[in-house]
Amino acid sequence: MIQFLQLVVSGIAVGCVLALIALGFTLIYKATETVNFAQGDLMMLGGFAAYTAIVLFGLPFWLGAIVTLAAMALFGAGLDRVVLRRVLGQPQFAVVMMTVGIGFMLRGLASMVPGWGTETYTIKTPYSGEVLRAGGLALSAEYLMVIVMTVLLCSALYAFFRFTRVGVAMQAASQNQLAAYYMGIPVARVNTLVWALSAAVAGFAALLLAPITFVHTNMGFIGLKAFPAAVIGGFGSVPGAIAGGLAIGVVEALAGFYLPEGFKDIAAYIVVLVVLMVRPHGLFGGAGRKKV
Amino acid sequence: MRFIFKTTYEQDIRLVKHGGQAFWYGLLGLALAAAPLLPEYYLSQLTFVCIYALVGVGLMLLTGYTGQISLGHAAFLAVGAYTEAVLQAKGVPFGVSLLAAGALAGLAGIVIGLPALRLTGIYLAIATIAFGFSVQEVLTRWESVTRGNSGITVKSISVGWFQFDAEWKLYYLTLGMLLISILAILNLLRAPTGRAFVAIRDSEISAQSMGIHLARTKTTAFALSAALTGIAGALYAHKLVFISPEQFGILLSIELAMMIFIGGIGSLHGAVYGAVFLIALPQLIAVMKDHLPAAIGHQTGLEPTVFGLIMVLVILFEPLGIYGRWLKVRYYLETFPLYKKDSFRRQKTFMKSERLR
Repeated sequence: MIQFLQLVVSGIAVGCVLALIALGFTLIYKATETVNFAQGDLMMLGGFAAYTAIVLFGLPFWLGAIVTLAAMALFGAGLDRVVLRRVLGQPQFAVVMMTVGIGFMLRGLASMVPGWGTETYTIKTPYSGEVLRAGGLALSAEYLMVIVMTVLLCSALYAFFRFTRVGVAMQAASQNQLAAYYMGIPVARVNTLVWALSAAVAGFAALLLAPITFVHTNMGFIGLKAFPAAVIGGFGSVPGAIAGGLAIGVVEALAGFYLPEGFKDIAAYIVVLVVLMVRPHGLFGGAGRKKV
Repeated sequence: MRFIFKTTYEQDIRLVKHGGQAFWYGLLGLALAAAPLLPEYYLSQLTFVCIYALVGVGLMLLTGYTGQISLGHAAFLAVGAYTEAVLQAKGVPFGVSLLAAGALAGLAGIVIGLPALRLTGIYLAIATIAFGFSVQEVLTRWESVTRGNSGITVKSISVGWFQFDAEWKLYYLTLGMLLISILAILNLLRAPTGRAFVAIRDSEISAQSMGIHLARTKTTAFALSAALTGIAGALYAHKLVFISPEQFGILLSIELAMMIFIGGIGSLHGAVYGAVFLIALPQLIAVMKDHLPAAIGHQTGLEPTVFGLIMVLVILFEPLGIYGRWLKVRYYLETFPLYKKDSFRRQKTFMKSERLR
């Protein structure tokens, strides 16, 4: 029993990281209805930004974290201004393929930057190495930090979309761009803001993940696991992204222990296939159909 | 500029529209037939182009004409390749094993096509990704048949006494397969089934209102596309000689999707151009490397960067890809002094939500 609980707890911690990346997908989808395949690579970039600020420049961890978030937000806004604003309103799949291209570029370019390269790096945090124990369960401080920060960030984002004018404007812009323009919402600027926000969330995920795994040009591939998480919850739903991430994290942890070897790697995809069979728009997604 | 004076309705669906087309395609055919005169290395690359173009035609049928997204096509390629490899090892004749490869991949296409009936857009993309990962994992774990990660070595094809042992023989075989499937798909696209595909792509609701059976048509598209990819997979196995599961990963699927986008979505020309591009790009980069400063030229990240950059540029400036650019160049030449800059101007569009459809 205690082993089961331990598995669930570590699954939740991993799930929280997935949920954070899934949150990045969800934010962009919610506001611009673009599926950003470069989200994992944005996170990779965040990891390298943190590495540059904290290890190469020797800033204190918390200051380095703030610098990373700011740099990522700027990068996201810049990406939108330079590239994505031009394809606003083009067919969805074309934009998806474009983000795939951007992901390829980020991965290639990051390996070319002097001082980054294809090596693996670690980032030390002030809370590294501490372990929390409660009644037989053990949880390292890094994982605890992931869980706490995810909960905080998600409630903040949920409140943002629910209660602020900008948040509501973002939702309006996503549901009907033309009508949003008529209502006086500066759609292009709202989109830039969303990209900045989403890139910052990717940086946030990278900061939490970097102490647990390594910073590497291929760390963005975890985005491929976060993608099912976003889908399970129903793309475009903030609580859905969290639920999806947690579900996948826990199932993966349990499958790794109880099922034969090999199931761990594809557990996420089996879960997503099953969920999609039962509910084609995810657990929390609304299935709308146009009236003719 | 050529104006075709139409006198019968048959002219609308004729495969060769006018004499000029017949002349140029004939010339292309002669050039392809003469390709074995090239050095062996280039011929081998041409064989790869034919195989990728065959996959491209299959994927184009699904994504470009039916509007269904697939990011798991490497899985169908793998099913075809492994079916061929396993059946050949059991001594099944080539014709039968090739058909079996196509049929089995087609069946896999139906399996993934069935949930696809309820899924649209991004949900479909993730379902195909999930399918791709699952197939790859099965191939890795089912060691009694696929030998897992140690891979299978595939012998060269033999039909009766005839051995496809030289490069030019395999080249003619793949070229023949490509031509047959392009003709078959062209034929399909001017028939009611093909028209139904295009109707579904443009609007599911209006297609349904016109009496198109959505479920059946989508499944047909998936099955056909997967079957073509499976046949390409069988040829791919022979071309590669050695196959193992990690060759058929998500990256290959994504590259295949990028291939048809760069070639030009919504045209069979695009599938072929895309295949040429996909094969030619690494060669071009290898040539360029010697002329670039060492700091850039010797980076392993150069190829994905250039690939990604071209993808971004294509979507930004040429949504119809290489084929679209060619159409513009041709239009410019045809109307030479009278070309209007705004002929191909993109109109301002507003995003429509795809959550309601």
